[in-house]
Amino acid sequence: MSALIEIDRLSKRFGAFTAVDDVSFSVAKGEVLGFLGPNGAGKSTTMKMLAGFVTPSSGTARICGEDVVDRPVPAKRNLGYLPEGAPTYPEMTVSGFLAFAARVRGFRGSEMRDRVAHAMSLTTLEGVRLQPIETLSKGFKRRVGLAQSLLHDPQVLVLDEPTDGLDPNQKHEVRRLIEQMAPSKAIIISTHILEEVSAICTRAIVIARGKVLADATPKELSYRGPTLDAVFRDLTMPKESA
Amino acid sequence: MGATLIVARRELAGYFATPVAYVFIVIFLVMTGALTFTLGNFFGRGVADLQPFFGFVPWLFLFLVPALTMRLWAEERRLGTIELLLTLPLAQWQAVLGKFLAAWAFCAIALALTFPLVITVNYLGNPDNGVIAAGYAGCLLVAGAFLAVGAAISALTKNQVIAFVLTVAVCFLFTAAGSPVVTEFLSVRLPILVEIARGVSITERLGGFSRGIVSLPDLVFFASFIGFWLFANALVVDHRKAD
Repeated sequence: MSALIEIDRLSKRFGAFTAVDDVSFSVAKGEVLGFLGPNGAGKSTTMKMLAGFVTPSSGTARICGEDVVDRPVPAKRNLGYLPEGAPTYPEMTVSGFLAFAARVRGFRGSEMRDRVAHAMSLTTLEGVRLQPIETLSKGFKRRVGLAQSLLHDPQVLVLDEPTDGLDPNQKHEVRRLIEQMAPSKAIIISTHILEEVSAICTRAIVIARGKVLADATPKELSYRGPTLDAVFRDLTMPKESA
Repeated sequence: MGATLIVARRELAGYFATPVAYVFIVIFLVMTGALTFTLGNFFGRGVADLQPFFGFVPWLFLFLVPALTMRLWAEERRLGTIELLLTLPLAQWQAVLGKFLAAWAFCAIALALTFPLVITVNYLGNPDNGVIAAGYAGCLLVAGAFLAVGAAISALTKNQVIAFVLTVAVCFLFTAAGSPVVTEFLSVRLPILVEIARGVSITERLGGFSRGIVSLPDLVFFASFIGFWLFANALVVDHRKAD
């Protein structure tokens, strides 16, 4: 069984600054990969390159075998992507926005309506379906972005901080949702919350200053120190002494 | 083509979901009406045509169209929705064309709403409605040309004020290029440039339309002008999308 996400020697340089430095990994169906790292480590840039938004300086990224640079449209068809901050069009209603995303993905008529309804029920948005997105709270906005990424039941999900700004109950809901979907998809989530990784991820990659520092299961990672927090600090803090 | 129209439809609905559309249309209608009847001396001329109206529309578009296009890409960047739009399974040219078509359709709606002028002139006299139709076609092409310029410039910057000012300046250049002031100045100083200035002038091209002449060279001019700026727009979006 080949991997659904293949990232091979991916780098991104902005002038003299290297945001992502020779990153390689792959994610197979059924895996939930937690992407960990301090702010500015290159997590979002890597995800943006995988989603086809940022053009890599070198290296390749493939989704379901389709290269995101050479064949962007087929690659994006298999991808559900939640960008950082979950951007949405503020003046649109929840259902209008989801219908737009569904139409771009080629759904029409009753199938389109079913897809939108299903995505709204997964993220419990039915109560606000006719509200303009700008009137919603942060947690709802994030769920609208999440619903958009789930609409077409993609094989690959890339979620940049999916639980940021959610209250504890909503966080729990989103984690449960990811766990439910996990067996049939390859999922990457980035997060700052370490418990989240041990709770839902089957594998964790720690990245700092653009480089992959660790690639292991959350359990293996936690064995390397007294707590996962300590392991994370140990890996990502620049070492001078010791 | 499908995704282009879906993007266009969303954009067009977006205009009407905010006060932008209503402010634009009301100002446009008030200004065209007022200018045609006062400065244009619509009644006093004693001629049943819309010449004064067609003379003012490009100058109004010069300020109103950049107001429409300044947010086109700048707003997507500010909100971050450009990342969403360009990670949906559509080609970048489809997003560029879709946005342009929506703005163009919006200008067409604004122009269509000046229909009372057509009714008035038909009620008062016997105008050549073919000339009037050609004049409208010309105005629509001018709107398209300005929109294409504005959309490309909007993709260059996150700042809407900069996008507006630059677009007005560039559009003014193409509008004023064929005016007597410019051509006379150039014929004294730099005679070589006179033909070029008249060649790229949008008002020069519009002249034919408002006299009722729809000529192939003029159509080719507008098509290639719009095409050029849309191509530039796609390049800029591709190059600077993630900045």
